[in-house]
Amino acid sequence: MKFGILVNEGPYTHQASDSAYLFTRTALEKGHQIYRVFFYHDGVNNATKYTEPPQDDRHIVNRWSKLAEQYEVDLVVCVAAALRRGIKDELLAPGFRISGLGQLVEAGIQSDRLVEFGD
Amino acid sequence: MSEAEQQGEEGAGIVKKFMFVNRKAPYGTIYALEGLEVVLISAAFDQDVSLAFVDDGVYQLLKGQQTKGIEEKNFSPAYRALEGYDIEKLYVEREALEKRGLSEEDLLVDVQLMSSAELAELMTAQDVVIGF
Repeated sequence: MKFGILVNEGPYTHQASDSAYLFTRTALEKGHQIYRVFFYHDGVNNATKYTEPPQDDRHIVNRWSKLAEQYEVDLVVCVAAALRRGIKDELLAPGFRISGLGQLVEAGIQSDRLVEFGD
Repeated sequence: MSEAEQQGEEGAGIVKKFMFVNRKAPYGTIYALEGLEVVLISAAFDQDVSLAFVDDGVYQLLKGQQTKGIEEKNFSPAYRALEGYDIEKLYVEREALEKRGLSEEDLLVDVQLMSSAELAELMTAQDVVIGF
């Protein structure tokens, strides 16, 4: 099955981002396709390369980057939500790109299921 | 050129049923405002779009919103502009209105009232449901 993923919350404060990652990774491991992961609202904060959690904690940003590298997952950060929160191209971790909200609607159209992670 | 056209052929010709479910009060969190931004963009993709207002989301449609005191933009006039984007299916959960002591006359746009059960049935008929 082809999934689109929507991530609405930032890292660490909410579990939504963890759940989205675990779902996405598991879907890929089981042979499903991920059409795109779209980061919206505070979800855009999952994409910043200066994130540095304590060493004994999971690295939410790097985890997404690794997944993107391994499976060529399209990680899209909403431009309007990002600019509002001070996030620009030069702050993005590897594998993320900034684009418009149309990418979310397109993911809804192209995927068999759009799965949303938020509060 | 619409955003859909700019993105080329991908998705061209596919029409899906999109329902945006508005659950939160208009102020206090950004979900309602950023949710509305997605709704407006979706209009450019020629999809079958509807909006549902449930729980505190019914407050988004309240007449006479005054936001000066909280120094935020009153974006409620945008709901009246939806018609111009051919987004005309606005469903409001009757129970949510009643629980809050509100009625249809308190709302700034024409809506269709539905029971929770009717709304649930409508949701199962959608291709894409996005909640904010």
